[in-house]
Amino acid sequence: MSILVDAGTRVLVQGITGREGSFHTRQMLAYARAQGESGARIVGGVTPGKGGQSVEGLPVFDDVVTAVAETGANTSIIYVPARFAADAILEAAEAGIALIVAISEGIPVWDMLPVLRYLEGSPSRLVGPNCPGVITPGVVKVGIMPGHIHLPGPVGVVSRSGTLTYEVVWALTQAGLGQSTCVGIGGDPVSGTSFVDVLRLFQEDADTAAIAMIGEIGGRAEEDAAAYIADHVHKPVAAFVAGRTAPPGRRMGHAGAIVDGGVGDAETKIAALREAGVLVADSPDEIATLLAERLGTAHV
Amino acid sequence: MRLHEYQSKALLAAHGIPVPDGEVAATGAEAAAVARRLGGRVAVKAQALMGGRGKAGGIVLADTPEEAEAHAARLLAEGLAGAPVHRVLVERAADIYAELYLGLVLDRRARRMVLMACPDGGIDIEEVARRHPERILRLPVDPAIGLRGYHLARVADHLGLSRRGDVPRGDPPVGERPVDERPEDERPVGDPPVGDPPVAPTDDALAAIARGLYACARANDATLAEINPLVVTAEGPPVGATGRSPLLALDAKMVIDDSALYRHPDLAAGRDPQSESDVEREARLAGLSYVKLDGRVGCMVNGAGLAMATMDVLKLHGGEPANFLDVGGGAREERVAQALRLILSDPAVAAILINIFGGITRCDEVARGVVSALRREARLLEEATPVPVVIRLVGTNEDEGRRILEEAGLATAATLAEGARLAVAAASKRPLAGGGR
Repeated sequence: MSILVDAGTRVLVQGITGREGSFHTRQMLAYARAQGESGARIVGGVTPGKGGQSVEGLPVFDDVVTAVAETGANTSIIYVPARFAADAILEAAEAGIALIVAISEGIPVWDMLPVLRYLEGSPSRLVGPNCPGVITPGVVKVGIMPGHIHLPGPVGVVSRSGTLTYEVVWALTQAGLGQSTCVGIGGDPVSGTSFVDVLRLFQEDADTAAIAMIGEIGGRAEEDAAAYIADHVHKPVAAFVAGRTAPPGRRMGHAGAIVDGGVGDAETKIAALREAGVLVADSPDEIATLLAERLGTAHV
Repeated sequence: MRLHEYQSKALLAAHGIPVPDGEVAATGAEAAAVARRLGGRVAVKAQALMGGRGKAGGIVLADTPEEAEAHAARLLAEGLAGAPVHRVLVERAADIYAELYLGLVLDRRARRMVLMACPDGGIDIEEVARRHPERILRLPVDPAIGLRGYHLARVADHLGLSRRGDVPRGDPPVGERPVDERPEDERPVGDPPVGDPPVAPTDDALAAIARGLYACARANDATLAEINPLVVTAEGPPVGATGRSPLLALDAKMVIDDSALYRHPDLAAGRDPQSESDVEREARLAGLSYVKLDGRVGCMVNGAGLAMATMDVLKLHGGEPANFLDVGGGAREERVAQALRLILSDPAVAAILINIFGGITRCDEVARGVVSALRREARLLEEATPVPVVIRLVGTNEDEGRRILEEAGLATAATLAEGARLAVAAASKRPLAGGGR
């Protein structure tokens, strides 16, 4: 019924005592509680030096190892400031956390390179950094996205963006197309989970019937995704690629959103996706129309 | 943040990479003084953050201080290909035997820095990568082990600088190059070497440069550090106790990771004030992502991806965005007001489209923030010919949010497409400010 997070997810919040961390802990708790019995659990938090405190009734620990031992957490979400975030990811991985979701924005690339290298030999998966997180509607929200715009259903969503994802999700929900899981992989130049990783999971997930993919300029992740889709994905995929009007050489907000050295322009990505049989939308909400048409005929 | 050549060379030199003797100059007279000190033939190089500087006439040779002064004064006065030039680098001209390429570049897909080496230097490496990828050796650097001797031996071998006594596979000396009449894409690359280099280059010198390049990039958080060309000189400048080096970094380019600038205050302070407009600088200092574009519809959006998508949808409906602007989460009054000031500082703006996806923040709160920000920037609401504003707000308490906006006399739209249509129509009705841009 979902990928990455489900009813067995037990969430630890790293940076729980900070402004962002405590605010979003409240939001995540509210979402989990609203799901009642079917919901997963937020089990505690970590802030070095603040062990023994509590936030929203959750215990705060000094380090991740202790927190895992005490709470049985298997997932962590990281809100710590960028300059400490690389260490927070490594600490979670060393403590055996299976899924690490890094919300923190602005982690230097040279800090991330050894982290990503370390994770290559580790059973932990990192989603992000600089991402809105992961949500399985009706079950658990591990992120900063507004929970109420989501609806449980058959569409897997994967995106490099934040609010643009919400725009697409909202359009899907309004069209009556619920989501199996929505994954924000983040807008940084290097990150833990790629489009291809998530596409593979959605292809294998029995309850995902179609996939919405939201890309943007910069890098070749969409081209890689297109190649993977052509060979391995047999479910309908609709995509939107943001930044057709972005000028080359200029960074568009996200650290990774730049057309550089002739690499990463939207038209090349769109052409590759079309070539792979992906339904490419001209506007974000058109993804919902395209998938509604496709799923409608598929069910006839 | 991209560094100028002279800044990049200073960082490389600090890591033991030989660069030509030279100094930066801001006036013709300063350039002449540098040329006089260096003596002999010098290169006068415009410091402009653009590719193809040589082709655009930004690199000129001068045989006397008077010539150097004249070239420098001209470049500083006229700029280069429409871009202003505020400094020139005056360097001792190198006696070039062969031109190579050595670079360290972030490979996003591999999640590694990649050391790239190519015996065809001095030309656009991206062009080589497209046409003759086999000419480029790519070595992804594992951050757990860094660059090791066996990596560097492969690089030396690829560049023809190996200890086996091979001569460079690069081009023959500049003065002896025959004129190739064939179109560029039909010319073979990597002709066999002609003659022996006057000073035999060693793999040791190359290894020191490659290690220095990696150390320099890591120390300065560079996501790109390029020496192009790395030249084999007929007679290198003195280096350390060993006397002479046959290799010299003739041109260099570095890009520093913006996310890491907090730990490089010296580099951040050295940002070329001319590399960004006043508006872009104001936006950066206010923590807003703003990129000036050429259209007439100003855009204010929360979130970078949605901001790009908004621009794209404007274009889809026949409009052109005047800017990219991510106002950030929550769309609070203070930031909205600041964003409006930035957008309106562009006289070409004939309409503004505000697109806010109210996520966790409720739409009525966003609407109140937008209205009071608009009131603060009063000319929007009260001037005789205010710049029309179209607002599209979606999320929790959306109806209440729209009611607040409409009571303030603002145009609202239910969808992004409707917002784009309204903004494009409003912009087309408004005459060009001051008779055009």
